Amino acid sequence: MSVATLSHIKKVIEACLLTATDVIAVDQLLDVFDNQISEDTVKLIVEELASEYIDSGIELITVASGYRFRSRPEFQSYLNKLYNTKPARYSRAVMETLAIIAYRQPVTRGEIENLRGVAINSNIVQLLFDRNWIEVVGHKQLPGKPELLATTTQFLDDMGIQSLEELPPLPNINEAFINSEQDLIEEYDSQKENEENV
Amino acid sequence: MTFTPITVNQQEFTELPHDLYIPPEALQVFLEMFEGPLDLLLYLIRKQNIDIKEIPITKITDQYISYINAMQVLNIELAGEYLLMAAVLLEIKSRILLPAPAQSELASEEDEGDPRQELIRRLIEYEQIKLAAENLNKIPQPDRDYRWLEILVEETTPELPNVTPEQLKKAWQTLLIRSLTSRSQHHMKKQELSVREHMTQILRHLQENGKSNFFALFKIEQGTAHVVVNFIAILELGKEGAVLIMQDEKMDIFVELAVE
Repeated sequence: MSVATLSHIKKVIEACLLTATDVIAVDQLLDVFDNQISEDTVKLIVEELASEYIDSGIELITVASGYRFRSRPEFQSYLNKLYNTKPARYSRAVMETLAIIAYRQPVTRGEIENLRGVAINSNIVQLLFDRNWIEVVGHKQLPGKPELLATTTQFLDDMGIQSLEELPPLPNINEAFINSEQDLIEEYDSQKENEENV
Repeated sequence: MTFTPITVNQQEFTELPHDLYIPPEALQVFLEMFEGPLDLLLYLIRKQNIDIKEIPITKITDQYISYINAMQVLNIELAGEYLLMAAVLLEIKSRILLPAPAQSELASEEDEGDPRQELIRRLIEYEQIKLAAENLNKIPQPDRDYRWLEILVEETTPELPNVTPEQLKKAWQTLLIRSLTSRSQHHMKKQELSVREHMTQILRHLQENGKSNFFALFKIEQGTAHVVVNFIAILELGKEGAVLIMQDEKMDIFVELAVE
């Protein structure tokens, strides 16, 4: 394939990804070129395209279901001013529930309750459902056939990762024990701010 | 809000003196911060830099219960889990206080080892998830930390099949031939045919009957003049965008109202 063709393909892919309103899968890009180019070529070109945006306000990221452009997180505060938005932060309860589902999936509500030591708040689970971050993937063969909850591809896409393996590893508690007390105080202070929403 | 242990006269205070005044609202905010009994226990353990695997159960139980009492005094709605945990702690404490059973064949059956084991396991597991949740929360989230890019592209109108002038000409010729062959036995009075009137008729016909075959719009028996005017009317409607002139796979020409 000549250099001219490659640069042409790159421009086409750029136009496709910039005008897309959702994540674009590799397959969709292959279709655009009537499968005349290989998946490897697409991946290579997307990588090159992404590198062109390194020094820019937007970035091209690879997520679970494909590729999408997004604004760089470091500029969110400016965007908030432009759109007059105040981003909501999830409470600890929401994040802990999400963490259990993400790291221990598939899990039942009962297992989440056991782990957190408190009754599950149905609003929290609903909130995660509404965000399309979790879904029911089956039922446990137990009395009442409890639902088994797992994270969705949308969750991976939104987290900007391609698979669950890319989540930060579960912290080793023996190491965490070295936490200085100052850290703990800051942690508990910051929690108060987090309680603002939900 | 937290109380850092201080040393006074070589004695360490890990709890506020009882006669120290704390505004109840402040204490309430602090106590309501906990996500449950495990979280409160972890706080007590971490605050004092205690190795989680070596919990001094008596001390922690006493502290835990004093917090529970504070919550009750402040009328904080106390979830049942808090009381359950108090019971668990007291049970562990009482088992530790009991002399270890003499090594016997009976012991092997119910060898539970350290009574704290299960609690320690749960605390470690919870702390792990608690920290994992914090890490998870550091990952940029859409709308909170970034926005997906969406360049708006003007909605395109659906592609309609093209009708070539050549095809229209052919259709016209067909009509003409038909009208000529059926050239009627009688054509008595001259009709005043207005293109606009035909346009209205066509539109009305399409409104009532929907999509129509091109030929069905013509009344051959009305003579050539009618056919000519009607044809012009269709072209005029097409030009004004009032109707769509389309062709299907079988090359039949259809006329349809351009809705909207």
